Amino acid sequence: MILPILRRTAIFVVSVLVASVVVFLFMAVLPGDPAQVALGVNATPELVAQTRQEFGLNRPLVTQYLDWMGGILSGDFGRSYVTKEPIGPQLIDRLGVTLWLVGGAMLVALLISVPLGTIAAVRHRRPSGAVVSGVSQLGMAVPAFLAGILLVQVFAIQLGWLPSGGWTPPVRDPVEWLYGLILPVLSLGLVQGAVVTRYVRSSVLDVLSEDYLRTARSKGLRPGQALVRHGLRNAAVPVVTVLGLQLATLLVGAVVVERVFVLPGLGSMLLDSVSSRDLLAVQGIVLVLVVGVLLVNFLVDVLYAVLDPRLRRS
Amino acid sequence: VGDGESTLAVGFTAEPKNFDFTTTDGSAIPQALLYNVYEGLVKLDANGEIVPLLAESWTTSPDRTVYDFQLHEGVTFSNGDEFTAEDVKFSLERVTSEWAISLKSKMDVVERVEVVDPTHARVVLSRPSNSWLFDLTGRVGAMFSPTGVDDLANDPVGTGPYDVADRRRGDSISLQRRTGYWGSDPAYETVILTYFQNPTAMNNALLSNGIDVISSITAPYAIPQFEADTRFNVLQGTTNGEVVLSYNNARPPLDDPKVRRALTLAIDREALLATAWAGRGTLIGSMVPRTDPWYEDLSDYYPHDPERARQLLAEAGQQDLNLRLRVPNLPYAMSSAQVVASELDKVGVTVTIEPLDFPAVWLQQVFNGHDYDMSIVQHVEARDITTFGDSDYYWGYDNPRVREMLAEADVAAMEQQIERMREVARTITEDAAANWLFLFPNVVAAKKSVTGLPRNQVSESFDLTGLGRAES
Repeated sequence: MILPILRRTAIFVVSVLVASVVVFLFMAVLPGDPAQVALGVNATPELVAQTRQEFGLNRPLVTQYLDWMGGILSGDFGRSYVTKEPIGPQLIDRLGVTLWLVGGAMLVALLISVPLGTIAAVRHRRPSGAVVSGVSQLGMAVPAFLAGILLVQVFAIQLGWLPSGGWTPPVRDPVEWLYGLILPVLSLGLVQGAVVTRYVRSSVLDVLSEDYLRTARSKGLRPGQALVRHGLRNAAVPVVTVLGLQLATLLVGAVVVERVFVLPGLGSMLLDSVSSRDLLAVQGIVLVLVVGVLLVNFLVDVLYAVLDPRLRRS
Repeated sequence: VGDGESTLAVGFTAEPKNFDFTTTDGSAIPQALLYNVYEGLVKLDANGEIVPLLAESWTTSPDRTVYDFQLHEGVTFSNGDEFTAEDVKFSLERVTSEWAISLKSKMDVVERVEVVDPTHARVVLSRPSNSWLFDLTGRVGAMFSPTGVDDLANDPVGTGPYDVADRRRGDSISLQRRTGYWGSDPAYETVILTYFQNPTAMNNALLSNGIDVISSITAPYAIPQFEADTRFNVLQGTTNGEVVLSYNNARPPLDDPKVRRALTLAIDREALLATAWAGRGTLIGSMVPRTDPWYEDLSDYYPHDPERARQLLAEAGQQDLNLRLRVPNLPYAMSSAQVVASELDKVGVTVTIEPLDFPAVWLQQVFNGHDYDMSIVQHVEARDITTFGDSDYYWGYDNPRVREMLAEADVAAMEQQIERMREVARTITEDAAANWLFLFPNVVAAKKSVTGLPRNQVSESFDLTGLGRAES
């Protein structure tokens, strides 16, 4: 048990290091000068040069990288070129918004997909199963931003029930916060729900044809009982894998949905920082995202072992 | 929106990255803070006229190099300190010593600032300058307190009627009416400046009661839906934003005036405006917005004439011209570029459109690198016709006569100034130094209950002080 964990930790650390180098190099070769962008169209060349010096952009790349990584290791993400403030606290602020969005969407996706996917599998020869299957197929084809625009059109503009966007911190006003979160979470979650429904359906279908389920039935369990007691846990393994992979999709979707709903999350911070060439901020955000995805993969691995004792030994 | 009658929410597109316009350039910070949080000695009203603000009045010496400002009494900063002539001296001198943005050069003409008495400040210029007093209406004229500049990026301290109460990065800034303001209190107690990167989201927010005002509609297709809705007023005015098809005057083949004239004649600007910006905006024909004192309608100087364009190209010996049109990846520029390319195609000029990430890549390659044949960008600064006197500017336009006239205009008395500036405008048009496609419109949409909105956007500020509430 110890060795695999050590191995995974090593892989994790190496992945983060490689990712940090890639992000750093990518930002270094991206055309556009951060000093010039910060100073605007009227800046004189002398001013730009002076600002580059202040930003530390004239140092060798290796020094810049080591300086940045050294700071990160001691929890300091550096100071933004644009806002002149430490990046770390901003990152945490923005991450909070994105986590609510992604977490809520994941919850909605599960609440939709587990029952619907199971129904679609159990009744796959009946019309109701086919309808669920067809609707989920349709849902997969809708991009999250389109779902968002449609939801706003109906629930914010036509009916006026919910705000069309904006963010209220939960500590300030929990009710407003919840209201504001409903449409973004739905636009991300409904589409994810449709995707995951497909996986739940095929996974349950596989389980339904297994011998152990027939054995369970022959011992006198009704189909539903047999499925719940012996089937769902087995069906869950591939679904968890997919959920882990979908998290990356959800994060990308969140970037777009944050734009549609004007949410101050990590995605909108990333887009702003790229366009203003706020290099340290971009590097910090991408690093946080990479670590997040790697962490989820790690957790998925652990979850396998919980769900399926057979995988613990391998 | 919000609680109580006295709260107003206004939607904007560009969010201030911080509150310090002395070191961070761009229009977003002065748009939010100038006249609302910071005040200067003078301000620009909605008609583009210079009017008194912290200066009750001022006199000018006969040679127009000495300005005597009589200051209002009983003015305080939001930190409680009194505003006196000492602060005028401190603020104006600080522009040259501490400011980091290039606009600081606007104060180079100031020789010294004298404190005659607490309510009397004297500014001595090294030469007469018309543009100096005009520039005082902008951010370089903002008054600071020596005790209020410790954390400009986060904590602005000004003499204006509002104070920054709260900021939610990526979302909004709340301005709170402060007590003890020297002038008359503005109508709204709280104003929430809300920022939308996405024009559709801003439109939706007004439609769904999330905000009360759209400061400027940036998607022209959305305007009719507000005009048709009885809940809203739509105001259409002008801005200082000339959308310019720039020619690289310094590099063949566009160093030849004949070629530039031919390209200018080849483009039907009225059709371009209709296609690219739904016909909103006005045709100008030179680098002068309609609100400047020396405005003159030059939009017919080069009427659309493809036949003549072909002729001129032949005279210049240019066949099979192939030009690179390197434009910012912004909606107005991209849609204008399509029309330009198809119009020029009709006279036998092949245009390759290259969209560039704005601002970073465009600034680096076109603006600083001068690596382009043509570009399209909106020039938003006030009175930026002076850029044609700078041969290093990305136009690459080098005309000593224009430089002379600009210098004369700056030191001249008002009437002569206007005459000279008209000459400059006509000269650059005659030279086809660029092609002024159209003047960007200012379209404001607001709930009917909001009154006093400025029709034109001519100053650097979105002035909240004149707003009011209709009785309903």
